[in-house]
Amino acid sequence: MHRFANPTRFLRIAAAILPWSAAATVVLLAAGLYLSLFGSPPDYQQGETVRIMYIHVPAAWMALFVYTNMAVAAAVGLVWKHPLADLFAKAAAPIGAGFTALCLVTGSLWGAPMWGTWWVWDARLTSVLILFFLYLGYMTLVNAFDDPNRGTSAGNILLLVGAVNVPVIKFSVDWWNTLHQPASVSRMGTPAIDSSMLVPLLVMAVAFTSYFVTVVLLRLRAEILARKIQTIRLASAHD
Amino acid sequence: MRRFFDVVGRDLRLALRQGGDATVAVMFFVVTVVLFPFGIGPEPNILARIAPGVIWVAALLACLLSLERLFLTDYEDGSLELLALSSLPLEAVVLAKALAHWLVTGLPLIAAAPLLAVLLNMPAGGFGVLVLTLLVGTPSLSLIGAIGAALTLGARRGGVLISLLILPLYIPVLIFGAGAIDAALTGLTPRPHLLILGGLLAATLPLAPWASAAALRQAME
Repeated sequence: MHRFANPTRFLRIAAAILPWSAAATVVLLAAGLYLSLFGSPPDYQQGETVRIMYIHVPAAWMALFVYTNMAVAAAVGLVWKHPLADLFAKAAAPIGAGFTALCLVTGSLWGAPMWGTWWVWDARLTSVLILFFLYLGYMTLVNAFDDPNRGTSAGNILLLVGAVNVPVIKFSVDWWNTLHQPASVSRMGTPAIDSSMLVPLLVMAVAFTSYFVTVVLLRLRAEILARKIQTIRLASAHD
Repeated sequence: MRRFFDVVGRDLRLALRQGGDATVAVMFFVVTVVLFPFGIGPEPNILARIAPGVIWVAALLACLLSLERLFLTDYEDGSLELLALSSLPLEAVVLAKALAHWLVTGLPLIAAAPLLAVLLNMPAGGFGVLVLTLLVGTPSLSLIGAIGAALTLGARRGGVLISLLILPLYIPVLIFGAGAIDAALTGLTPRPHLLILGGLLAATLPLAPWASAAALRQAME
């Protein structure tokens, strides 16, 4: 892990990965969108509205996945003072917030025809909304200090405190009897979903993940360069 | 242990001699709750129905008021660094300051709450549970608030930032606090809600001082 703490080495690895992850994002997103919009059958109950799920479910997975990654990076940053871990959390936050917003909006669009309401104060929905607020709070906190290092380390502690929300979201549909349906894909044994629908769903999930990898690498690179420029500016101001 | 109570006593003396903090929080609490009949209309049944939630939300907001200054004055005049260097662990200092904050803000709110319940026409059967939930719930609010106060130390617009960071974390306390009173008013037992509130307090009591102390160490680096 400490091999990657060297920014130069990291930039070299990032430059090697970026074209591949960007290409994978484009190809998988195109294939996933085709499969989910045209190549899969309409649901026998939900009709065409089921297609919203191909965006909604991967976005929800990503919202939790990104937050979990950020929380792990925060722990690594606090324990080993790993400089890139701090920057990773900072770079990933807006992407995670975007996925959470996408999840809430698509869920609302799906809820209007299916549940007859845009929003219910159900445990799953409320806990995802709290997750969205945690992302926003983290992003505000990180940018609230004159010293960027102080911002990231304060943000790391907030990420770890907010991590209590992750299991609450994951298991909210099991703990409480809610309007939101329980998990149907990640069940042990056979998933409760036909392969004609499972395949587009998984393709979209992988596409979202490679999108995340691409954008987080780009943002990390920009962040490292910004730090370099700031250091050079400060040094030249001292002369 | 004596040092712990020295810190509590110091904060209490500071709060009482400077005056203001406790009275401002209670005044804010009362005025916020009194706004609701104007906004919603004086219909007694509606007011009775929303009373538990309104009182709890107002209590949350009143708790936030003085949080910004929990560590800020000590941080600015350097006494926080002296406290950090003392033989008392920083976690215990945080716990002492949160206790003082609760005694100054939380307790007066609890005393004022039954009066507001009368104003909102809440049935008398809920008064005991209302006081009990506030008694178990508000210490968690002070403890979680200490994390926010420590994290935003030295930040620009710290006061607004605390609300943004802390209010989402207050939601569980709010749900079970208001839920217990609702349960009591509808004739169900408030026991499960109260037990969860107690569980939240039992979890925040060790974890919140630990997180705030880590944040304070970052701030003083």
